[in-house]
Amino acid sequence: MTEQERTALAALLYQLADDDFLYAFRGSEWLGLAPHIEEDVASSSIAQDSMGHAAMYYQLLEELGEGKADALAHVRLAHERKNSILVERVNGPGYYMETPEYDWAYAVVRNYCYTLAKKIRIDALKNSSYAPLAVAAVKINMELYYHLLHWQTWFTQLYQATPTARQKMDAALEQVLADFGDMFDYGEHGDVIEEMRLIEGQGILLDRWYQTLTPTLVELDVTLPEMRMSSNGRNGEHSADLNDALSTLGEVYLIDQSAVW
Amino acid sequence: MTTLALQQEIQAALDTVKDPEIDAVSILDLGMFDTMELTESAGGYALRVTLLPTFLGCPALDIIKKNTIAALEQITALQTIDVVFIFDPPWTSDRITERGIEGLKSFGIAPPRVVDGSWEIDCPYCGSTFVSIENLFGPTACRSILYCKTCKNPFEAMKPVSTLM
Repeated sequence: MTEQERTALAALLYQLADDDFLYAFRGSEWLGLAPHIEEDVASSSIAQDSMGHAAMYYQLLEELGEGKADALAHVRLAHERKNSILVERVNGPGYYMETPEYDWAYAVVRNYCYTLAKKIRIDALKNSSYAPLAVAAVKINMELYYHLLHWQTWFTQLYQATPTARQKMDAALEQVLADFGDMFDYGEHGDVIEEMRLIEGQGILLDRWYQTLTPTLVELDVTLPEMRMSSNGRNGEHSADLNDALSTLGEVYLIDQSAVW
Repeated sequence: MTTLALQQEIQAALDTVKDPEIDAVSILDLGMFDTMELTESAGGYALRVTLLPTFLGCPALDIIKKNTIAALEQITALQTIDVVFIFDPPWTSDRITERGIEGLKSFGIAPPRVVDGSWEIDCPYCGSTFVSIENLFGPTACRSILYCKTCKNPFEAMKPVSTLM
């Protein structure tokens, strides 16, 4: 592997790791606040699985010589993060320890759109030219099956519930799509990532995402709003939400970085 | 000691390592053990054991690793012990042994059983198939919550995972 190729591989791994890391964190903030107790169990279980996926990607980065997995997860600053904008967004106004006014419709739409994108990427990664990544994809895919089933069910049921539910889902979909533009973007090392066949081209995956989503949208009579890119998280361009998330996430770790857990 | 005898001793030690939350089954019963590699080193042996994690985010993995090392340290012939989790082959629920299936049932957990592509769940208490899924997600990553309409007991089932999903 040339130095340029190694950089491109690390860039892709950072995107995958940071995506699941932030997605898991936002999911965990719902703990105790989900609509009912069974959902509390389900969504925190999904968040836990997803944190496991992030840990596996950080482990691959550690094996690549990028540093210790824990440090990669906790110490890197916002401009070094490669997650998509969607996963860093707050769940709504307020703080979960005080008076959260989180939006469940937004959670359902974000989680469904993200999990579907993750499924498309994981299926593509099973054929990655980087063998350790292909192996990881097979493992993650088995758990992902249950996540997708869960969010697909919520998405469909809320859209078929009351007119208010539908209105909230439409508004959430608008909000999610406004941030979705960088989801399949590979950032500045994209050309090398695709040349190395680490994963299929971003255009192909995006088309596949649309195709997979379409039957559900048709069934629910939903028109997909325009997809936009608020900024490109894959290149380290982030919103202020990410800073807050990272300081909460790293709070304990940063007290004593040499502590053994 | 012959290598064969040592291997048997290692196997027996691994069988004492229980699931931290389900003490009716060992890591052998659950099919989490993959390979052991013995190499002779001055005056003893170096051992490398590979284990397969069930679910990636499972917090029990670190405990299992620690307990595995502690169990193997009882074997004096082993000079170095290395226990690592690997992901290839991936752990799938069909790796659970017959004894593991019985152990799970005795603990009140329905073992994962897939027949013709669909998930078959029998109540671990009364064997009834008249059960409903209350929540696909349970108290741990690998378990779901169910209810038996025959004997009216809530119970848990281990989720089937396979590469066909």
